[in-house]
Amino acid sequence: MPIGERAAVLSGIGQSKVGRRLGVDPLALTLDACIGAIEDAGLSRDDIDGLSTYPGGMIAGAPGFTGAGIPEVQDALRLELDWFCGGAELPGQLGSVVNACAAVAAGLARHVLCFRTVWESTAQGGGSRRGIGVSSGGGGGFRASGFMQWSLPFGAASAANWIAMFARRHFHEFGTTREQLAWIAINARRNAARNPGAIYREPMSVDDYLAARLISTPFGLYDCDVPVDGCTAVIVSAAETARDLRQPPPRFEAVGTALRGRPSWDQFDDLTTMALRDAARMMWERTDLRPADVDVAELYDGFSFLAMAWLEALGFCGRGEGGPFVEGGARIAIDGEIPLNTQGGQLSAGRLHGYGFLHEAVVQLRGQGGERQVPGDPRVAVAAAGGGPLASSLLLVAD
Amino acid sequence: MPSVSETPFRLLPQITPENEHFWTGGAEGELRFLHCAACDTLVHPPQPRCPQCLAGGLSPRAVSGRARVATFTVNHQPWIPGFDPPYVVAIVEIEEQRDVRLMTNLVGCDPEAVHIDMPVRVVFEARDEGIHIPLFEPDPRGGEADPSGGGGDADR
Repeated sequence: MPIGERAAVLSGIGQSKVGRRLGVDPLALTLDACIGAIEDAGLSRDDIDGLSTYPGGMIAGAPGFTGAGIPEVQDALRLELDWFCGGAELPGQLGSVVNACAAVAAGLARHVLCFRTVWESTAQGGGSRRGIGVSSGGGGGFRASGFMQWSLPFGAASAANWIAMFARRHFHEFGTTREQLAWIAINARRNAARNPGAIYREPMSVDDYLAARLISTPFGLYDCDVPVDGCTAVIVSAAETARDLRQPPPRFEAVGTALRGRPSWDQFDDLTTMALRDAARMMWERTDLRPADVDVAELYDGFSFLAMAWLEALGFCGRGEGGPFVEGGARIAIDGEIPLNTQGGQLSAGRLHGYGFLHEAVVQLRGQGGERQVPGDPRVAVAAAGGGPLASSLLLVAD
Repeated sequence: MPSVSETPFRLLPQITPENEHFWTGGAEGELRFLHCAACDTLVHPPQPRCPQCLAGGLSPRAVSGRARVATFTVNHQPWIPGFDPPYVVAIVEIEEQRDVRLMTNLVGCDPEAVHIDMPVRVVFEARDEGIHIPLFEPDPRGGEADPSGGGGDADR
């Protein structure tokens, strides 16, 4: 089978200001990131002939879950597009980047601008953060339908509840503990201290972690990521354009987008792994590289447990061994055997919803990480995003 | 089966011809799922054909209401105004077919005493429009119902 993603490279990255309650029009944030990515690639907007995003502007969700859709960005930049795609029924947030790779491989576009905008911090800043599906306030007329009919009547309103139950099952089967899980959060905070753009940079101890208020056991506050406003943009380009670009681009070695279990938060066959098991397996089926070849891992931590589950799924440790693997934090440190979430993850650098990990993978492969740069000239990075039935992973190589 | 007398605010499901058997079965004290007679499979959530053998003509069937806790969380965060924490959210596997799971609340027990593989049984909370919300409570007969020696992954 051809590995079509090898036809694509990651030519540019851009990011808006990222922060708590910026109070800025989310389309303005989006344009900042998109224009930044075009300039970073050494392209002009006339070169952009494809546009891709997650989850698109037409989705209902928690306030601020989406900040701009395809038509708004196309019109604001007056792009002449040969191909575009925006939507939420994808293998996770980075599925929109895989779509761009597919479009490039199929010859539908040469330079695809991909973006993800969130402004949850401003949109939800007036009160406590409400759960998915209850933005209407839960008044008397509200009725839950679709998947939410099976969760909302029981107060399981948030992915925090659903993913907490995966974590609890993992604790039960493998003996994982909160003291071990803490190191996902502590490692993120430790790396954020080296990232001037991170949201929370003060040191965190195991005791700090354990003392935080509980959200949904076994998760406390520091197991949950930080809502922010911001946009991240990347450009996926046809490999043959590499000589036109400002700098040598990392290339896509392999992607994983599989969902082989049931597409459901509660009916999935294995309550410890989720779809990321399938996405990771598919990615390794498409390359001769192995986990030991990876120099840096940027793995989704919307909730701490997801990063641990990705470590296992991608084979950095064995199934069920995530707890002992991260305990103490040495293996996942910037100078450890598999540096993890070098920018501080979503837990400490802000919930950029998947795209922040891809941005950081490129920063690391270019050697532009500054104080947080992984030593030894990293050549291979994995960026992965998603949880529950939504997951995809990308393996990037800088030749 | 007993009913729950306390009825706090609860977000309710949209009742449709496809899910009515599930959400109203509690009026007769029954937990009901669609059943495929062709291959003897319970189907959940409701679907127009059996996803195993693709036969149509599925019809509701009552199960015992006995189940086992597959996993759970004690929720402490107020997500829904009027539905106050703490409360236990669980995924339970029904006794007749363990790959049929329900998200639910565990009631009638100390949240600290909940554990994976705990035997539970359905109890209905009656709401407006004939809706009966299936909740689960500890099953006093639970010990007898576990000849396999408990959960784990052997059958996954």
